[in-house]
Amino acid sequence: MIRVALPFHLRKLAKVEGEVELDITGPVTQCSILNALEARYPVLRGTIRDHVTFKRRAFVRFFACEQDLSHDPPDTPLPDAVATGAESFVVLGAMAGG
Amino acid sequence: MSAVRLLVGTRKGAFVLTSDGKRDQWKIDGPHFAGWEIYHLKGSPVDPNRIYASQSSGWFGQLIQRSQDGGKTWEPVGNEFVYDGTPGTHQWYDGTQHPWEFKRVWHLEPSLTDPDIAYAGVEDAALFRTKDGGKSWQELPGLRGAKGNLWQPGAGGMCLHTILLDPSNSERIFVAISAAGAFRSDDAGQTWRPINQGLRSEQIPDPEAEVGHCVHRIAMHSSRPGVLFMQKHWDVMRSENAGDSWNEVSGNLPSDFGFPIDVHAHEPETIYVVPIKSDSEHFPPDGKLRVYRSRSGGNEWEALTNGLPQSDCYVNVLRDAMCIDSLDKCGVYFGTTGGQVYGSADAGDTWKPIVRDLPAVLSVEVQTLA
Repeated sequence: MIRVALPFHLRKLAKVEGEVELDITGPVTQCSILNALEARYPVLRGTIRDHVTFKRRAFVRFFACEQDLSHDPPDTPLPDAVATGAESFVVLGAMAGG
Repeated sequence: MSAVRLLVGTRKGAFVLTSDGKRDQWKIDGPHFAGWEIYHLKGSPVDPNRIYASQSSGWFGQLIQRSQDGGKTWEPVGNEFVYDGTPGTHQWYDGTQHPWEFKRVWHLEPSLTDPDIAYAGVEDAALFRTKDGGKSWQELPGLRGAKGNLWQPGAGGMCLHTILLDPSNSERIFVAISAAGAFRSDDAGQTWRPINQGLRSEQIPDPEAEVGHCVHRIAMHSSRPGVLFMQKHWDVMRSENAGDSWNEVSGNLPSDFGFPIDVHAHEPETIYVVPIKSDSEHFPPDGKLRVYRSRSGGNEWEALTNGLPQSDCYVNVLRDAMCIDSLDKCGVYFGTTGGQVYGSADAGDTWKPIVRDLPAVLSVEVQTLA
């Protein structure tokens, strides 16, 4: 079971509270998590990554295990702690200064 | 009993303001989509309870919301805006060519005849259309063929912000783009041509170029769709021939810079603008918030001040933030970047704030309900 933590606005869109739990078959990667997430919550399509290119939106970040994984290739296997559900895969909006 | 419904888009959500035909007491409902930028909302003329809303954020991109009950509840519909084919490039700030990139929907224009058809004006400038109530959107790419490689972004981005549908000719559509100009299609959006003859813009290398003008807004009266009015970056303009040529009608305005322009519901020669001091100082001249009305289709303007702040007012009124209802007398409404929405129930003679402390107002549309 993969745990995904979404930011406030995306939880509101998806109408969920707390973390989302996903079953993923095969390698656990950014791409496979987002595929599963968007399949369950189609409203999130386009909000985290581009519809067509699947490129991460500029001000969305991916954290896990106290690491910023945002710049990793999307098919890179995520840490075992994410794959086992011990740690959550965190999607968040980048900080806005000012 | 008649009623009116104002659809207000702001930097931090949407608000629905309703009143009976007296337009004296208002109910404020919102924020809907709290925390999101709502560039525009607009209802279908043939099904007023069908409302489309553009919801966007710098973090999470674009969504389109649709209401079937007059804005009480909403459902997200399609948000995939993909340019047709290889979109090519347009002028960039540094003089190079830059690829077209979708950023957001600025304006939604529902069809005059079919609630499932609506048009979306987007940044980078292009026109999209849905035929299934917003579930899917297809570009009308012929517009970018109208010298799109020469268009360039203004400071606010390269946005298609105005869409006018000709009520007498279903094949005719007008759009306006910053900073490209005005364009017309006479075949339902398949092909387009620039309609900028007579515009003069000192901010571009050739002040009378065919494209490149920063048109802020165009407006028409439904009874005379060949007569167009334009608020340009500077200058208020008028066309008698569906945009084939334009003449300046700024006349005695204190400043001919501004953003919105609109037409009285029952008097096609009565038009409204909100003068702004300059392109460098986006607030009213002398700190006085004044709507100007011309009853002669331009050139001769009167200041409408009764009920509006006449000192220390430094707000702006954006291009989509003024509208007019069709009651008699018609109501005129506008929203400010300071979060006020003002209304006049007597065609502009007197004004009252409907609400004072919303987030910065991006757009105001009105629905006149039976």
